[in-house]
Amino acid sequence: MNLAGTINTRTLPLLVTSVLFALLFGFGSVSYDNFFSVQVFLNLLIDNAFVAVVAIGMTFVILTGGIDLSVGSIVALTTMVTAALVEQQHWSIWVVVPLVLAIGSLFGLLMGSLIHYFRMQPFIVTLGGMFLARGLCYVISIDSIAITDPTYAAISEYRISFGEEAFLSVSAIISLLTLALAIFLAQYTRFGRTVYAIGGNERSALLMGLPVGRTKILVYTLSGFCSALGGVLVTFYMLSGYGLHALGLEMDAIAAAVIGGTLLTGGVGYVAGSLVGVMILGVIQSLIAFDGSLSSWWTRIAIGVLLCAFCLMQRLLEQGGSNLGAIFSYWKKPAEGSAPAR
Amino acid sequence: MKNTLSQLTRSHLFWPCVTLVLLCLANVYFNPGFFDIEVKDGHLYGSVIDILNRAAPLMLIAMGMTLVIATRGIDISVGATVAIAGAVVAALIGGSLVIKDGVQTYVSNVPMPLAIVAALAVALLCGLWNGLLVAGAGMQPIVATLILMVAGRGVAQLITEGQIVTVYYEPFFFIGNGFIFGIPVSLYIVAVVLAVLLLLTKRTALGLFIESVGINPVASRFSGISARALVFWVYAFCAVTAGIAALIITSNVKSADANNAGLLLELDAILAVALGGTSLAGGRFYLIGTLIGALIIQTLTYAIYSLGVPPEINMVVKAIVVFGVCLIQSPALRDLLMKHAFRTGGTA
Repeated sequence: MNLAGTINTRTLPLLVTSVLFALLFGFGSVSYDNFFSVQVFLNLLIDNAFVAVVAIGMTFVILTGGIDLSVGSIVALTTMVTAALVEQQHWSIWVVVPLVLAIGSLFGLLMGSLIHYFRMQPFIVTLGGMFLARGLCYVISIDSIAITDPTYAAISEYRISFGEEAFLSVSAIISLLTLALAIFLAQYTRFGRTVYAIGGNERSALLMGLPVGRTKILVYTLSGFCSALGGVLVTFYMLSGYGLHALGLEMDAIAAAVIGGTLLTGGVGYVAGSLVGVMILGVIQSLIAFDGSLSSWWTRIAIGVLLCAFCLMQRLLEQGGSNLGAIFSYWKKPAEGSAPAR
Repeated sequence: MKNTLSQLTRSHLFWPCVTLVLLCLANVYFNPGFFDIEVKDGHLYGSVIDILNRAAPLMLIAMGMTLVIATRGIDISVGATVAIAGAVVAALIGGSLVIKDGVQTYVSNVPMPLAIVAALAVALLCGLWNGLLVAGAGMQPIVATLILMVAGRGVAQLITEGQIVTVYYEPFFFIGNGFIFGIPVSLYIVAVVLAVLLLLTKRTALGLFIESVGINPVASRFSGISARALVFWVYAFCAVTAGIAALIITSNVKSADANNAGLLLELDAILAVALGGTSLAGGRFYLIGTLIGALIIQTLTYAIYSLGVPPEINMVVKAIVVFGVCLIQSPALRDLLMKHAFRTGGTA
C-alpha cells in the first residue's frame, strides 16, 4: 500500500493525533516509573469509558455540522433518574437501564425535531436542553443519592482479566462495543453516508434525495442515546446520582472530537478518532497525576492549548489542501471570506 | 387608534416589555411590597433597586454580546474572562492589615486604579485573542471562543493559585456596593457604557457597519467596510465589558472564585440578547432590548427566589423561556401560524 497516498487532508489530523498520543505516552514512560504498563493504558479506557461513549455520539452530531451542548446534563439526569428509581423505588436494574436509555433518546429526538422542523440553531436548542436536563436533576433531588444496590456494586467491581496483571471493567467493554457499532454505522450503512453527505453540503444532500430531515433528527436522537448510555456508565463508575455529575462534559466531548480529527464544519472525521481524542485527554490527566507537583487546573489549560492547535491546523488544511506549501503561503495571501459564518 | 396599536405591537421593544411587565405583575401578586422603595442610610432600598443592581454585570456583558451576535458571531468565553479579570483584580489588590497611627486599616498591594486598569487590560487581551482567532484565522466563533472557555478557568486558577482570593481593601467595595445620590454605582457604569455605545452606533456609521457585516459579510466587504477589523474589535469590546462586569462582581462579593465566578454567565448573556429581540443569525441589533432582556432574567430569578421554590429549579424555567423565545423567533413557526390563520380566515 502506498503510504503517502493514504495521507491526505482527511486522515492527516487523525495521524497527527495518534502520533501525539504515542509521544505523550512515551514521554510518560520515560519520565515516570511504573507509567509504562499495560494497565496504565487500560486504565485510560476504564476511567474515560463514559467520556468516550458521549464523544462518539457528539462526533455524529458534529459530522452533520451541528453541535450538542446538552450531553453533560443528560448524563447527570440519567444518573439522577437511575439513583432515584433504584434506591427510592427499588426497581430492578433491568428495567431502569432501558428506561433511562429511552429517556435520553427521547430527549435527543425532541431537540432534533425542534432543530429540523423549526429551523432553530442546534447551539441554542441544545443549550435549552442543557438547562432543562440539569434543572430536572434538581427537581428530583438537590443532593447526591448513593446507589447501594448489590447488582450495581457487582457490575461496578467486576473485572475482566487479560493475562497476569491487566484487566478491564464492564464500562470499558461497553464503550469499546459502542465504538465498534458506531464505526459500522458511520462507514458501512446508508445512515452513515447520509450523515457525511449532510455535513459536506446539506443542500446538495437534499437535492440528491437523501433523507436529510430524518437523518438530522436521528443524529440528535443517537447523541441523546449515547449520553444516556454514558450516564449509565457513570452510575457504574461513581455509584451515585448527582445533579453536578459531568459538569462541562460537553466541552470535553467536543474537544475530543476536534482533537480526534473531526472538522467542526462537518463532513470530515472518523468516529475512531474521537476515542483517540478521549485517550489524549486521559493521558494528559495521567501525566499530571503522575507528576504530582502540577495542579489539576493545568489539565484545562493543556486541553485548551491542544484544542487551539488542532483548530488552527484544521483551518490551514481547509485553506491549503494537502499541499504544505499552501499552508505556509496562507499568511501572505490576502484575506478571503473574512467574516466567518457560524 | 388601531393604527397606533399595531405600530406599538410591531415595535421590537413591545414583546420584551410585555414580558417584563407580566413578570413584575406576577411579583406584585406574590409580594405586594415589590415596588416599594424606601430611603435607608441615605440610599434607595427595595426589590426593584436590588434587581437593577444585581442585573448590572449581566446587562454589561449582554451589551457586548449584542454587538458580537450582530456580526453573526457568538462569544461563549465571557464567563471565563470574568473569572480571569476577577482573579487579576483580587490578586493585585488583595489587601493586608496594617496598624497606622494606632488604627487598624487595610491597604492594597498595588494602587487600586492600577489594579483596575490591569484587570481591564487582561480582559482586553482575552478579547484580542478571540478576535485574532475569529477574524484573523477565520475560525467559527463558537469554536474560537470555546478554546478560551476551556482554558480560561485554568488560567484564572493559576492566578489565584487554586484558592478563593478575598479582598480586604475598603475603597474597592464601592464599585459593587457603593451608592452615588442614593443609586447603586454599578447602574452609573451601565449607563455610561450604554451612552457610549448608543452614541457610537446611532450617531456614527459604526452601527450600520456592524449590522451590514452581520447581514452579508461578503457584500459589506465589497462595499468597502473592513469587516475583519470590525469583527476583531467587536470581540475585544465584548471582553472588556466582561472585564468591567468582573470588577462589579468581585467588588460585590469581596472575593474572586476562579471556579464559580461568572459560571454560565455566557448563556445568560446570550439569552438576554435573544429575549431583547436581536436575531441570533446576526444583523439588526437592539441594545435597549438587550437591557430589558437582562432585566427579565434577573426579575425571573427574583420571582423564583421570592416564591420559595428551590433556586436550582430556575434552570427548568430558563429552559422553557429559551425554547419559547426561539419558537417565537422561528420563521418556520410563524409561517405555520400564518397559514393556519389564513385558512381559518378563509373558511369563516
